[in-house]
Amino acid sequence: MKSSVVLRIDRIACDGRGTCGEFLPELIELDDWGYPIIADGPVPRGLERLALAAVEMCPKMALQLRANEDDTRSGSESTEELR
Amino acid sequence: MSAGAVVSQLPWMWLVSRASGLMLLVLFSTVFVLGISARLGSRLRSMPRFAVAELHRTLALFSVALLALHVATAVLDPYVSIGWWVAVVPFTAHYRALALSLGTLAVDLGAAVLITSLVRRRLGHRWWRTVHWLAYASWPLAFMHSLSAGNDMSIWWVAALVWGSLSAVALAVVDRILFARQSRGGRTSARTRSSGVAISVHPGVRS
Amino acid sequence: MSSAQLLRHMGSNQPTTGCRRLLPPEPWAPAGLAAHLQRHGALVHHPSSDAWRAATFGEIERAGLVGRGGAAFPTVRKLRALLAHRGRPFVIANGTEGEPASMKDRVLLARSPNLVLDGAALAASLVGAGEIIMVVHRDVRDSVDAALAERRRIRLDSTKFRVVTAADGFVAGEASAVVNWVGRGAPIPLGKAPRMTERGLQGRPTLVQNVETLAHLGLVGRHGAEWFRQVGTADEPGTMLVTLAGSVVRRGVFEVAIGARTSHVLELAGGPSEPIQALLIGGYFGTWVPSPAALSLPFSASGLGVGLGAGLVVALPAARCGVLETAQLVRYLASQSAGQCGPCKFGLPAIAEQLELLAAAMPVRFDDLTRWVDEIEGRGACGHPDGVARHIRSALDVFGDEVSEHLVGRCSASEKRASLPLPTCEPL
Repeated sequence: MKSSVVLRIDRIACDGRGTCGEFLPELIELDDWGYPIIADGPVPRGLERLALAAVEMCPKMALQLRANEDDTRSGSESTEELR
Repeated sequence: MSAGAVVSQLPWMWLVSRASGLMLLVLFSTVFVLGISARLGSRLRSMPRFAVAELHRTLALFSVALLALHVATAVLDPYVSIGWWVAVVPFTAHYRALALSLGTLAVDLGAAVLITSLVRRRLGHRWWRTVHWLAYASWPLAFMHSLSAGNDMSIWWVAALVWGSLSAVALAVVDRILFARQSRGGRTSARTRSSGVAISVHPGVRS
Repeated sequence: MSSAQLLRHMGSNQPTTGCRRLLPPEPWAPAGLAAHLQRHGALVHHPSSDAWRAATFGEIERAGLVGRGGAAFPTVRKLRALLAHRGRPFVIANGTEGEPASMKDRVLLARSPNLVLDGAALAASLVGAGEIIMVVHRDVRDSVDAALAERRRIRLDSTKFRVVTAADGFVAGEASAVVNWVGRGAPIPLGKAPRMTERGLQGRPTLVQNVETLAHLGLVGRHGAEWFRQVGTADEPGTMLVTLAGSVVRRGVFEVAIGARTSHVLELAGGPSEPIQALLIGGYFGTWVPSPAALSLPFSASGLGVGLGAGLVVALPAARCGVLETAQLVRYLASQSAGQCGPCKFGLPAIAEQLELLAAAMPVRFDDLTRWVDEIEGRGACGHPDGVARHIRSALDVFGDEVSEHLVGRCSASEKRASLPLPTCEPL
């Protein structure tokens, strides 16, 4: 069952401390330098509370939970409301 | 004199204030060391690293409760008149002004750290971190308050706890400085998952 | 670079596949305002008329104009996006041209600055902007200043213009980096959210548009959608400026109709100067395509199967080593990372190191290399790591045979030195 939230990360704020990957390995893997690789797609319903805790725990406040439709990939402005 | 009479004549407020003060020093030092451990990413036995940060936060909040007890008993102590405001406004006590003011200053800085931590999302990381560094000033103030306001250093285990706290904190500070020096070089090589094995053959012949 | 040197970058023979829309005809007409108005006519705005605004938006939409800075995003959608957010917008004309081998923005600003200024003014009228900021490469600052001075003398534009010299560096041309440069003097990207069209310079909606896109806009505003679509393909209409570099007879900037045969595009530069093995399309962040296979394909994104990016086309001679060229380019790109995000800051140099070992036909951690390339994608605050990943994947594909050779310690190139031009690799 999919929820309507996704984990997003502010890559500039992220310092590679690795708290998120340690706490939530189900969704977050750490690369060779300790920086998070976040699983694609919405947060599974059962993990929502843990995802929230991970967001709280990030020492740089780089991790965020966002609503699912919000796509912030570069160049993709397809979700803008157009008049 | 009956046992009941002895007990009722003990200066409870003063005793609890002294005891809570000592506990507070030990607790505050523990919080301090845990904070540095969390930053350094060290493990604590088999505890995961994120748990170190959580413990730091939990004990910090607990020490606020203990601090309330320490201040309340000092103020309510009938033998000495210390007003409530002395807890937050320095240099206003009539009794042992300097000793108490050191404690007051430590409380003020600690309060700033606490409040900014509670609203850190709204505040943003940069400001939160700037205020949090005030903790480095807060501990020495608390320590000197212990030495000057406390009267129990002649008791051997009190002295042991006090000097033990100082040692632990000093070591943690040294660790933190070394960590900062080493971090300036920055991460350069891959840490964990790389296969580490070259898979191409090099016969030493080039065309 | 002097304007005389810039002029030499203009192609001198334009066969029928070339179209002279943006660039002035030969012999080189002076870039003055009078000549410009004589050639193109005046561009009239009616910013207070909703009907005019709606009609103009309609024309831009039908024209199918997309950005010429590399991302090819539909211009009309970007313009409309600004209207959806609060605050008086800014228009920023992006002429930074951080891509070192590309010259088109500079040549355009040197030879047709008024067309760019027209487009910027039109965009400003359409979105109700309070100010237009021209961010231009230092080589062409004088040209833009002079053009603006002429316009100011006759009060041609109702919106205020400001000129800023662009910063150096590969990522300095990224949209949020330009905004950051103008706003805070730091030419590094700000991250993907919020978008510049929502909150950019001074927290206001900001349109960041490549100067070539604005030049096309200046023409669409005059001649309309149908005229714009007379050349190009149905999906990719219009002309574009390309910079032809590498092993071609006459390097330079040329205007081509999108969809022209790629061999004809190369012919604009006199064709290859020696047998070539591949073309690098788009920019140093772009994609390799093999030659001669690509030469018979249409020069378009759908024709070549790769994005046209910033219009760079670099011809790599068959005699050189594609792996070595790629390694050198990737090392340059790694040095140009803004260094704000771990995966880019650490991943790119690690990848560059392995590619250099591969280029030297030495033992390589090939599995790690491909894994790292996969891992950097999408994990930066800007598109820099994505561009590098795309470049490397195309190189490993197009130069696959050479890669196999290198993996067993050999190199089949006759000239074992890199040839593609690079500025001195100074990290930011």
